[in-house]
Amino acid sequence: MTSKGGIVTFLARFREVGILFFLALIVVLTTLKAPRFLQWDNLSSILLDVPLLIVIAMGMTMVIISRNIDLSVGSMMGLSAMCVGMTLRANPNLPIPLAMLVGILVGVLLGSINGTLIAFLRVPAIIATLGTLSIYRGIIFIISDGKSINSQDLPDALTFLAKPALTKLPLIMVMALVVVGLAHFFLRTQRTGRDIFAIGSNPNAARLRGVPVNKTLFLVFLLTGALSGLAGFMYTARFAFVDPAQAGTGFELSVIAATVIGGTDIFGGAGSALGTLLGCLLLGVINNALAITELNQMWQLAVYGAIILIAVYTDSLIRGRLGKAEKEGA
Amino acid sequence: MFTRKSLLAFAGVLLVSGLFTGCDKKTPEASSDKSTTTAPKEGGTTSTKETATAGVGKAAEVARDASKKIKIVYIPKNTGNVYFDSVIAGFKKAQGELNFDFDVVAPAQADAAAQIPFIKQQIQQKVDAIAISPNSPDAVKPALVEALSKGIHVITIDADLTGNEEGREASITPMDFSLVGKSQIDLISELVGGKGEIAILSATTDAPNQNFWIKGMKETLKDPKYKDLQLVDTVYGNDQDQKSATEAQALLLKHPNLKGIIAPTSVGIVSAVRVVEASGKADKIAVTGLGMPNNLRKYVQTGSMKKFALWNPADMGYIGSYLLVGLVNGKIKPSVGGSFEAGSLKERKFGEKNGIIAGPPLVFDKSNIDQYHF
Repeated sequence: MTSKGGIVTFLARFREVGILFFLALIVVLTTLKAPRFLQWDNLSSILLDVPLLIVIAMGMTMVIISRNIDLSVGSMMGLSAMCVGMTLRANPNLPIPLAMLVGILVGVLLGSINGTLIAFLRVPAIIATLGTLSIYRGIIFIISDGKSINSQDLPDALTFLAKPALTKLPLIMVMALVVVGLAHFFLRTQRTGRDIFAIGSNPNAARLRGVPVNKTLFLVFLLTGALSGLAGFMYTARFAFVDPAQAGTGFELSVIAATVIGGTDIFGGAGSALGTLLGCLLLGVINNALAITELNQMWQLAVYGAIILIAVYTDSLIRGRLGKAEKEGA
Repeated sequence: MFTRKSLLAFAGVLLVSGLFTGCDKKTPEASSDKSTTTAPKEGGTTSTKETATAGVGKAAEVARDASKKIKIVYIPKNTGNVYFDSVIAGFKKAQGELNFDFDVVAPAQADAAAQIPFIKQQIQQKVDAIAISPNSPDAVKPALVEALSKGIHVITIDADLTGNEEGREASITPMDFSLVGKSQIDLISELVGGKGEIAILSATTDAPNQNFWIKGMKETLKDPKYKDLQLVDTVYGNDQDQKSATEAQALLLKHPNLKGIIAPTSVGIVSAVRVVEASGKADKIAVTGLGMPNNLRKYVQTGSMKKFALWNPADMGYIGSYLLVGLVNGKIKPSVGGSFEAGSLKERKFGEKNGIIAGPPLVFDKSNIDQYHF
């Protein structure tokens, strides 16, 4: 609020500034190399690619802020996508909001299993979710008998949610943005949201200060489950194809990458919904840029990894500078 | 299926012949001694021919002198894969004709070494024959060599032990892979009217089959007949939905005049047709390639995809059954240039390194897609 520190201090209030700078850099470089990057067709394809990532990353942000990790998000998304697909195949006339509810409820159930293991049974999160990653994936195979859900099994009203041609902004992107808004509100203004930061900064101190640590952790994993479940529903709409082995496999790594790129401290205690949103957009833009700049295919993965590292490093560099400036200015 | 009467007849024949010959044959499994054996013996053929369905005559001849029900185990790459479910359906179809014990075991994930414990388990259970779709030509070889040394017959299905052929007696491949490239170009040429820009959406950069087919496509394109077709790009979707969709979308953007996309991979082809349909260009850009009928049925019905190809995986299981039963009975001796009868699919030849080709590419379109469910 004070004008004393000038623009630097103003910027320093936002953890997201480093990542925003890097995102802009990538966009400019890609556009110089391939002007078609800025065509609406292309931008809309990015807007179709990132919503799933954004929704789950909001949960992952809370998990990582609380100094935990959830490796089971890809499996939770896959299992809920399968449940939504199977429900719609059996009841083609089911209203779409109800199908969405099925996905979210499946996610709530799975997330509360994670939460119970971690918050109440005291299993370390990385071990607990490594276990449920396999269990949930296994359940996908069991309930589906290993068979995939195909496009003819799903009503058009569902796939409409992921059609860019009909609405300028695909509906799944609108849903993702609503989730970002809610997550931002929750983390910034709600008491429980602030408790997550306290737990991540120092769990013992939080407990001594009367923060309901176990309950809050349980809630964090439950919400992450619910968001993965919502993403599962969106997956079904987006791909119109749920393959038991493939749906969401390895997705946890993209989600964690996007969250960390977005400035969430991997050691807990810091992070923001908006930063994670930018992290997701950056990953989406990089993936798209690699495809359209005609970079040699053999190089794509390596370049992708290198850009992530540079992004995180640049971000921490900028944040360090700004932090210093803020202290001096204050 | 056999009627109760014929079962009784077989049991009788078995009893009598058992009295004369004693239990001299190797016992695959203790339990199968007790089961009602229906493998036809000499003299029992007549009733087989009378009761079994058409096309079983050969079956009876192949299986004639087995005294125990033959036990065949199939080890696909992983469980719950519709593609291998079709192979299994082929085995089961032949099972109805040849009457052997059949079981499927497989790891949950298609990891290189994951099949080894399953092979060891079958060796311990002394099955007669193993058919395997190996995840790796190297990892499973020692276990298969061990199986062979214990008198178990081994063939590969779908993928071969390339470079390690001593680990199996014969190999069944889906089709003549050297023809894939040409048949794909023929398809796209037909769909785009013989001229225009085309692109390939492949799986991973190191997939041997993909690269072999792409090479075949490029060679086919040198034919003056295809001089108006220009291959403008080859991209890789890594057999992931998201990556394949991103690459397909980028193709449309990079090449505004694109007329056709060939995706010779079951994941990529679904992504490609979905992207083209969603962008409203299905009438301008033809998508074809290799894919599964179940995954593409809707796009064929809506007309977004006119034609695509694959082989019929069930044929491999069917031919494999006839081959294994013949190997166990000693009726079939694999030798390059030799041949055997595979039931209703007729004669199959042993090619180079005892490789057997299951059949020609099968082209799916609106008229026939509803007959296939894999």
